[in-house]
Amino acid sequence: MITTPHVDWFALSPTLALLAVAASALLAAVLVPGPLRKPVSATVTFAGFVGSFAAAAVLYAHSADAHGALTGSLMRDRWGALAQLILAGAGALAVLVSYGERTKEHVSEYYALLAAAGAGMIFLAQASSLLTIFLGVEWFSIALYILCAIDIDRASRLEAGLKYLITGSFGSAFLLFGSALVYGATGTLRLDLIGRAVADRGLSDDPLLVVGLAMMLVGLAFKMSVAPFHQWTPDVYQGAPTPISGFMGAATKAVAFVLTIRILQTAFAQDAHLWTVLLAVLAVASLVIGNLAALVQTDVKRILAYSSVSHAGFMLMAVAADSALGGRAVLYYLIPYSAMSIGAFAVVAARERELGHDVSADDLAGYGWERPVLGVALWIFMLGFAGFPLTGGFIGKFYAFSAAYRHGWLWLVIIGAAATAVSLWYYLGIVRQLFLRSSAGAAGSTGTPSAPPRDALLQIAVVACVAITVASFFAVQPLIDLAKHAAGSLPF
Amino acid sequence: MALWLILLPLGAALAVWLLPLDRLAATGLALAAVLGEIGLWITTLVRFDLDSGKLQFEEQASWFKDLGVTFHLGLWGYSLWLIGMTVLVLGAAIAFGARAGRERPRAYFGLMLFLLAAVVAVFEAQDLLLFYVAWEAMLIPLYFLVGVWGGAGRVAATYKFVVYTIAGSLLMLTSIIVYGLQQGTFDMTLTTGSGSMWLFLGFAAAFAIKAPLFPFHGWLPQAYRESPPEVAAVLSGVVSKTAAYGFLRLGVIEFGGPSLRIRDTVLALAAVGLVYGSIVAFRQPDLRGIIAYSSLAQMSLITMGIFSINLAGFDGAILQMVNHGLISGVMFLLAGLVERRAGTSDVARLGGLARGRPILATALLAAGMIALAVPGSATFGGEFLILTGVFASGWAWTVVGAAAIVLAAMYALRLISAVLHDRKGEAVTDSARDLRLPELAFVLPLLGCLIALSIWPNAVASHSFGKAFERCTPLANVLKLTAEDCP
Repeated sequence: MITTPHVDWFALSPTLALLAVAASALLAAVLVPGPLRKPVSATVTFAGFVGSFAAAAVLYAHSADAHGALTGSLMRDRWGALAQLILAGAGALAVLVSYGERTKEHVSEYYALLAAAGAGMIFLAQASSLLTIFLGVEWFSIALYILCAIDIDRASRLEAGLKYLITGSFGSAFLLFGSALVYGATGTLRLDLIGRAVADRGLSDDPLLVVGLAMMLVGLAFKMSVAPFHQWTPDVYQGAPTPISGFMGAATKAVAFVLTIRILQTAFAQDAHLWTVLLAVLAVASLVIGNLAALVQTDVKRILAYSSVSHAGFMLMAVAADSALGGRAVLYYLIPYSAMSIGAFAVVAARERELGHDVSADDLAGYGWERPVLGVALWIFMLGFAGFPLTGGFIGKFYAFSAAYRHGWLWLVIIGAAATAVSLWYYLGIVRQLFLRSSAGAAGSTGTPSAPPRDALLQIAVVACVAITVASFFAVQPLIDLAKHAAGSLPF
Repeated sequence: MALWLILLPLGAALAVWLLPLDRLAATGLALAAVLGEIGLWITTLVRFDLDSGKLQFEEQASWFKDLGVTFHLGLWGYSLWLIGMTVLVLGAAIAFGARAGRERPRAYFGLMLFLLAAVVAVFEAQDLLLFYVAWEAMLIPLYFLVGVWGGAGRVAATYKFVVYTIAGSLLMLTSIIVYGLQQGTFDMTLTTGSGSMWLFLGFAAAFAIKAPLFPFHGWLPQAYRESPPEVAAVLSGVVSKTAAYGFLRLGVIEFGGPSLRIRDTVLALAAVGLVYGSIVAFRQPDLRGIIAYSSLAQMSLITMGIFSINLAGFDGAILQMVNHGLISGVMFLLAGLVERRAGTSDVARLGGLARGRPILATALLAAGMIALAVPGSATFGGEFLILTGVFASGWAWTVVGAAAIVLAAMYALRLISAVLHDRKGEAVTDSARDLRLPELAFVLPLLGCLIALSIWPNAVASHSFGKAFERCTPLANVLKLTAEDCP
């Protein structure tokens, strides 16, 4: 007779809500008649993300003391719950942005995959064993591989999907190989037991363990799109459906960072002297490569992709600081960053739908005056990305810099400040297009005569993103309190 | 009170942006907000205890505790005077914009009001991070005001201005983070000062660029020429003063030791800027250029006063900051009015405007006379105090400063005679009318304040710093002052 472990269904509820929704959306593809398919599956998916958000909120409230669920392969703690809140919120916004996409085929499948990817990420936020980690990573990645290639009208979709598939699998392979080595060194899959084994048996310099850690970090770096493991990012962000690019920019990054910190703090705290330096180097690489490469891009989605690489660098600064302050910094950073990412891609999506082709920076000339709501929103997102005051992006950077300084790395702060200066060039470049140039003067940007009607849902999502971006600047204390309690559940 | 001085223009800005107003309503709302702000400032002045030298009208709310950052506002005597100058000059600039009928009125007036709120916030912030926030917030409206409503070369001018300023700002941000974390608080009333030269230089970079101080003035001529005249008035009159204020509040007061060590270098740079600016101003071909470079010279003089590091110099610097804010404001606005009439600010094509236009001639002559520091004028008082203060550091600085007054007379008189007298310029037609009543409405208050200050310069000079100031700031430790009854 097989004894089944005790299952904490409540801890799983955010994941299960989305899984149920993914299944229903798939069923809708078969059972619901054509014209209703899109509204039904979108509504169901939106409800799923909202339900998952609510479940995660309740879970946060009731998980003050962190403990394992499912025999320790998942952790029920506030760290995971807060990440789930961010992920579910990003998913809900992504549904709103997606609704106006003009794809006619595979609509239900699109939403089913979005829900499945969300479920995988939300599962991964709690994962605390090498097995569940790999499961979660593959789960959301496979859903995203398909989503990247789902838009038949897009010429670059196959390139995007294939590239993501290949590099993503490459990253997963690293993660898996590294996990195997770590398991070989410690004899356990659970992160907390790995940490204990390393401490008890003095394994911190064990070659097997160190190589395993390095390979796992490489695998995670792919998901975080940290330079030099970022090469897929611009192509995939450019080729994927724009709402999906925004969702990936926000959610993939969020879950990858949350997971990385959990792994490093729980299992590899003894090796901090190794990985802090490594991550600092990667942070510098991301800041340099992301910002310099963004300078020469013309496609707005590629600019945003490289900007996401540079933001990975800023967040890595906080991770590398190896402190509770750093953990707080990352969690706080992710909130406005996710909103800005989804919002910025949403505005690009709106412009793309008007033009019917990819949006280059020149296509935004005068857009701010034409569509003040979207234009002002994109302007605010750019200021936020650049870390300008009056947006949460500023406080996020301030926290990340403070964490790095507290760790004693003033040089990292200075590099961060220099990177910010460089980044202003391309962020303000977009603002210049929006407001300082007139649409008449720009070549090839005569909006299509049959401009589509205003997309109310997209505008709601954009306004919500603006609200989060600006409100997170003023209401820092409540968010930091959330992040503080969340970081309290990890052994910093 | 301190909070309302920020919230009123900020709220008005949001209202102008968000409500579907037509041009007339937007203009009316903006002007009403300006008048309300002036009224609010006068109320504050009446209720302010000018002799105490303490921080007043404090407001504090928590922002984030773990790093010791708060929303902390308050008014020092000198901040109050600078805010008064700001409100007047920005109010006049908004009135000029209304008169000029700027395109996209809602965006324009909203940005001007937002700028007003940001500048007031710079002068009121008592928290390092809040100061930085306000400092950067000024840049947002300026970027658009120059970039959208400026002249032909506006985009290049905007970029140069923004790149220069942000380079300085980020150095300051780095210093703020390090300084605040070292102190364990970002509250400027609780910090105890620091002797680190590097931290000081981080702050100084931001201020030296924004003031600007020689040789960091590369952005200045383009920005002042390409801006709309009223924005140039604000840039040179108001925004540059935030930098001088920063030099005083965050440079000298917090970093007394490093300031003393670097004093001679700064004084030398300021002296070079003073002479260089005055000479270049004399050689400029256009009105805007003359005022722009004279602004560089005047800011150098103010910096001299601040880096004399004694109370006479500080008093003179504050008085001169208020003076120059008003003068530079009124000069750029008058230049704008002349440009609107003649279509050019090229002095070679102007001339003879005085004949048949007595009001314009009187206004420009009065402003010019005060600008060149005629004895008895407010600027004379300011310059005299600055030179007195800097005399303690060496008589040579005073000689340079006095020589610069002569140079100021040269460029100011050249400007007056080239515009008003001389033979009639080709760009001056008979259709160019005298100042109208609505134009007088924003020129006269500025001139009136200047004349009032000329009569009673001590209103500002003796009521900026009380005794408590000397005793109770980090600077007091450096200057070896006794601390007997700090509040």
